[in-house]
Amino acid sequence: MNVELYEKIWMWAAGVLLATFLGVIVLMAGVEAVQPPGHIETIDPATLSRDPEFAKPAVKVGSDGSVTVPVVASMFEFSPSPIEVPASRPVTFRLTSSDVIHGFEVVNTNANAMAIPGYVTQFTVTFPQPGEYLVACNEYCGLQHHAMVGKLIVTREAR
Amino acid sequence: MTQRHALGAAHIGVAVAAFGVASCMGLLQAFSLADIPFPLRSEELYYISLTAHGVLMALVFPIFFIMGLGYTLSQESLGRLAGARVAWAAFWLGAAGAALAAITILRGQSTVLYTFYPPLQAHPLFYIGATLLVVASWIWGAVMIASYRAWRREHPGVPVPLSIHGMLATVIIWYLATAGLAAEVVGMLVPWSLGLVKTVDPLLARTYFWWFGHPLVYFLLLPAYVLWYSVLPQVAGGRLFSDSLGRMVFILFVVLSTPVGFHHQFADPGISAGWKLAHTITTYAVLYPSFVTAFTIIASLEVAGRMRGATGLFNWVRTLPWGDPFFASVALAMIAFIFGGFGGAVNAAYAMNAMVHNTAWIQGHLHVTLGTTVALTFMGATYWLLPRVLGREVRFPRLARVQPYMWFVGVALFSTSYHVAGLRGLPRRVYSGSLTGDLGGPWHTLAQLAAAGGVVIFLSALTFVIIVLTTWASGRQIEAPAFEFAQALRPVSRMGVWDRFGLWTLIAMILVAAAYVYPLVTLLAHTRYGSPPFQPF
Repeated sequence: MNVELYEKIWMWAAGVLLATFLGVIVLMAGVEAVQPPGHIETIDPATLSRDPEFAKPAVKVGSDGSVTVPVVASMFEFSPSPIEVPASRPVTFRLTSSDVIHGFEVVNTNANAMAIPGYVTQFTVTFPQPGEYLVACNEYCGLQHHAMVGKLIVTREAR
Repeated sequence: MTQRHALGAAHIGVAVAAFGVASCMGLLQAFSLADIPFPLRSEELYYISLTAHGVLMALVFPIFFIMGLGYTLSQESLGRLAGARVAWAAFWLGAAGAALAAITILRGQSTVLYTFYPPLQAHPLFYIGATLLVVASWIWGAVMIASYRAWRREHPGVPVPLSIHGMLATVIIWYLATAGLAAEVVGMLVPWSLGLVKTVDPLLARTYFWWFGHPLVYFLLLPAYVLWYSVLPQVAGGRLFSDSLGRMVFILFVVLSTPVGFHHQFADPGISAGWKLAHTITTYAVLYPSFVTAFTIIASLEVAGRMRGATGLFNWVRTLPWGDPFFASVALAMIAFIFGGFGGAVNAAYAMNAMVHNTAWIQGHLHVTLGTTVALTFMGATYWLLPRVLGREVRFPRLARVQPYMWFVGVALFSTSYHVAGLRGLPRRVYSGSLTGDLGGPWHTLAQLAAAGGVVIFLSALTFVIIVLTTWASGRQIEAPAFEFAQALRPVSRMGVWDRFGLWTLIAMILVAAAYVYPLVTLLAHTRYGSPPFQPF
C-alpha cells in the first residue's frame, strides 16, 4: 500500500494522540482509582419493602467512620430525601430501584449512576463543598420523570 | 421516475417523509424543555413526541435512506441489483413495520423512547413493527451481498468500486449489530409484551441494546463516509487522494465498531470495571479510522482546489464550490464531526462521563454527530440523487443553496447550548428545563437559546422537505445526469488485504465474542430477579 509521507506523519500522530488519551484514563484508573461502578450484586425488587437495608433506607456511619447511603429510586421519588452526608469524606452509595430504570445524578458533582431494578449499583464519591445539591433522575421513567428530584445536603463538619 | 432507480427513489421518499414528521416533533420538544408555552403542551405530548422523534430520526429515516442509497449505488457501480422483487417485498415489509410501530407511538401506547429500556413496556406491535423493519434491512443486506457476488463472478481479481466496498462494510456492521438487537427484542421483549413470559432482566436487555446501539452509529456514519470518499471529490472537481486507505478505513470500522457497547454503560451495575476498560480501549481505537478519513478527504479537497487553479497555501479552500448544496452540506457535516468526534472521546473517558452521562450534553452531542454529520450529508446527497433517480431538476435551487448553512447555524446554537447546560447538570429528556425542584438550575437561558437554534433547524428541515416534495411533483423533466464517482489519484488495480471481507468479518466476530461472552456469562451466572412490566404513560 502506497502511503505518502504527510499521510504517514498524520497517521502516526493520530495514533499517538489516541494512545495518550487512553494512557491518561488507564493511569487515572490505576493511580487515582477513577473507576466506573464495577460491582455485581443482585436483589429482588419485589421484596425491597422487607429488605433490612432498603426497606427504610437511611445514611449509616460505620464504626470506622465510613459513610454508606442506601438509596431506593422509584416512580417518582428518591428515598431517603434529603440525604445528609459529611463533606470531604468518601461516601459510598448503594443504589437500587423498586420499579423501572432511574438515574441518580447529584447535580454539579461526580455522583451520576443508574438505578436498575434487580441490581445494586455501588460507587463512592467525595463531596468537597458543603451545601445543598439537587438530585435529579436522568433516565426517562414515565410521564413525571422530570419532576423526580431529591435533595442532598453536604454538611460542614464530619459527624 | 427512471424505472432503473424506482426502488432507490421509493426508499428515499419514505426516509424524507419520516424526517419531515420527526422535525416537527423536535421543535415541540425544544420549546417544551425551554418552558415556552404553546397550545396542547403536556407531559404526554412531550414524551410521545420524544419517542417518535427518536424512532423516526435515529432509525426509520436513516435506515430507509441507507437502503435506498445502497440499491442505487449497486445499480450504478455494479450495474445490477440481484433480487429486485425480493427487495420490493422488503420495502413494503419495512414500511409496514415502521407504520405499525409509529401508530402505537402516536396513540400513546408505546411511550418508551427510542431506547425502550425495559421494564418500561410498549405495545407488542411496537416491538413487532421494529422487528419487521430490521428484517427488511436484513433482506436489503442480502440483496447487496448477492449483487456483489454476481458482479464478482464476472470480475475475478478486480477490486470492487470503493463505494460498494463501503456499503458492504456497512452491511456487515449491521448484521453484527442487529444480532444483539434480535437477542433483546425477539428473545426477550416480544414474548414478554405478549405475556408469554412474566419478567425480563432489565440489565441483560440493556446490555444487548448497547451491543446494537453503538455500532448503529457506524451503520449510520459509514454510508455518509461512502459519499465523502466516492462522490464528494468528484463534485468538488478533484480526485480521491487515496483509494487504498479508504478501504482500510472501512475494514477498521467492520472490525472495531461492535465490541464497544459498555461505554454506554459506565454508570451501570453488573459489569466489572475491567470489562468497561476493555471496551474503552476499542472505543478509542475506533476513532482512528475517522482521523485517517479526515486527512484523505481534506487532501482530496486540496487536490480539487489546485485543479481549479489555486496556488497558495490555503486559498484552495476558497475555490471550492461552496454554493453547491451537496458540497456545502458535506463540508459542514465534516466540520461538525470535528466537534462530534472529540465530544465522543470526552464521553468515553470515565471521569468526564460521570459529569455528562444522561445530561443535556448527550442530546447536544447526538445532534452534532447523527443530527449533522450524518443527516446533513444525507440531505445534501438527496439534492445530488434526485435529478439522477427521478430525471427532474431540483426546484428552488437558491433555497437549496442556503438550506445547509441554516442547518449548521441552527445546530451550532442548539448543540452548544445543550453541551453547556449538560456540563451544568441539566438532565436529558425532561419535559421542563426547570424540573420541579426547589433549587432548580441555571439552565433556563441555555434551554431558550437551544430552542432558538431549534427554530432555525426546523426552518431548514422544512425548506429541505418542501424542495424534495416540489421537485418530486413538479421538477422540470430532464435527462437524468450520469452518476459520476470520484477517480483516485492512485487507483487500486489489484485486490489486497483490505478486500478480504470474509477474513475481516471472521476477525470482527471473534472480537465481538471476546468483548461480550465472558461478561455476559458472568452476569447470567448470578441469581437474577426479573422485572414485571410498567407503563407509567
